[in-house]
Amino acid sequence: MKIDSIKNGIVLDHIQAGKSMQIYHYLGLDKLDCSVAIIKNAVSNKMGKKDIIKIADTLDINLDVLGYVDPDITVCYIKDSKIAKKKHVELPERITNIIRCKNPRCITSVERGIDHVFKLADRENRIYRCIYCEAKKSEY
Amino acid sequence: MKHLIDPMDLSVQEIDHMLHLADDIIAHKEKYREVCRYKKLATLFFEPSTRTRLSFEAAMLELGGSVLGFSSADSSSSAKGESVSDTVQVVSGYADIIAMRHPKEGAPHVAARRSMVPVINAGDGGHNHPTQTLTDLMTIYREKGRLDNMTIGLCGDLKFGRTVHSIIKAMSRYENIHFVMISPEELRLPEYIIKDVFEKKQISYKEVRTMEEVMPELDILYMTRVQRERFFNEADYIRLKDSFILDTYKLKRAKQDLCIMHPLPRVNEIDIKVDDDPRACYFKQTLYGKYIRMALIMTLLGVSADED
Ligand SMILES: [Zn+2]
Repeated sequence: MKIDSIKNGIVLDHIQAGKSMQIYHYLGLDKLDCSVAIIKNAVSNKMGKKDIIKIADTLDINLDVLGYVDPDITVCYIKDSKIAKKKHVELPERITNIIRCKNPRCITSVERGIDHVFKLADRENRIYRCIYCEAKKSEY
Repeated sequence: MKHLIDPMDLSVQEIDHMLHLADDIIAHKEKYREVCRYKKLATLFFEPSTRTRLSFEAAMLELGGSVLGFSSADSSSSAKGESVSDTVQVVSGYADIIAMRHPKEGAPHVAARRSMVPVINAGDGGHNHPTQTLTDLMTIYREKGRLDNMTIGLCGDLKFGRTVHSIIKAMSRYENIHFVMISPEELRLPEYIIKDVFEKKQISYKEVRTMEEVMPELDILYMTRVQRERFFNEADYIRLKDSFILDTYKLKRAKQDLCIMHPLPRVNEIDIKVDDDPRACYFKQTLYGKYIRMALIMTLLGVSADED
């Protein structure tokens, strides 16, 4: 399968196979005008199978959430058909409205219009806690 | 603006300042009779807690301020479905400071984000209760004259007891504190507190299953309630409950200057005969609670007594 390479934009590489649609929604790509290519189950020497997302003609997307979803993703910024910058994602300090607090005793379970915010409590063990009730994010 | 949501929001210096202020309030009550004149405290109690509410109200009245509020969710706007954010935005236009109790964890945090005046967490479910922690610190400070160099025994339900978890975190910031955990196996201190507090800060602690074996070592004995519903079966409860009841017999081997504390209300975990022992501090503890709340209100409002 061949997909045209992009001239300017962002390529998210080494996405764990099957996670690309989730990332598509987390990044709000459904709300963008630009063209987006999602490649599922591409062959990878390193991973066997991987997903790739190519976003054309925009460099201005908040990618913080990627570190939370999949820390192995590589982000490539493309300028004039060349890789201008390549970086690995990092765990974000805060994630807002990506996951919901599942603690039934938490105020977020009843308060309307409230942001669900989680803070990185332990980088080493990738533990996030709800800023309101301090409950750990339960594994999804 | 400063709020008090989590007991650990306060630095050791800030706590120190408040303890000294509360000390001075006790020594010179007349000096503080008018410091909050024309100021209003709103007590927003979305669930009833008469003891805590009265303590806040008494504190504000003794500073010359006035109080308004509600004491249960069904007498408040939340019964009509109003959110915490909305309630607080309205009330912060009527009062200078808010004390809020709510059954949901994190509710005061939500309130603080929206409030135009300082918010005090007066208990949010099983989560935080910072003025109880301040009360406990004040009691230890008044009774011992210090907050360092001592052995603290914590007895009863150490698994679910939030007051116990808070006092451990708060006291672990002082020098040379030894903790002794006295509980049944089923109600032992959660592993994460052992890891995050004791092991991380290299604080000495031990776990035992009876009070008797450690009684002579203790400077503080902090009692909590062992609730029947925490046990899987009645037989375990009956077998264990007496081990965690303090009576005059068990006190025989205790230090003469032991300080016995309890967050109250008590059920049967301290025999009423112990009340007459000078080492029983749990009723004094509630009184200290009022004075430290006075100091807290003054601090958050930024008022002080005129020095002459
Ligand atoms: Zn929560």
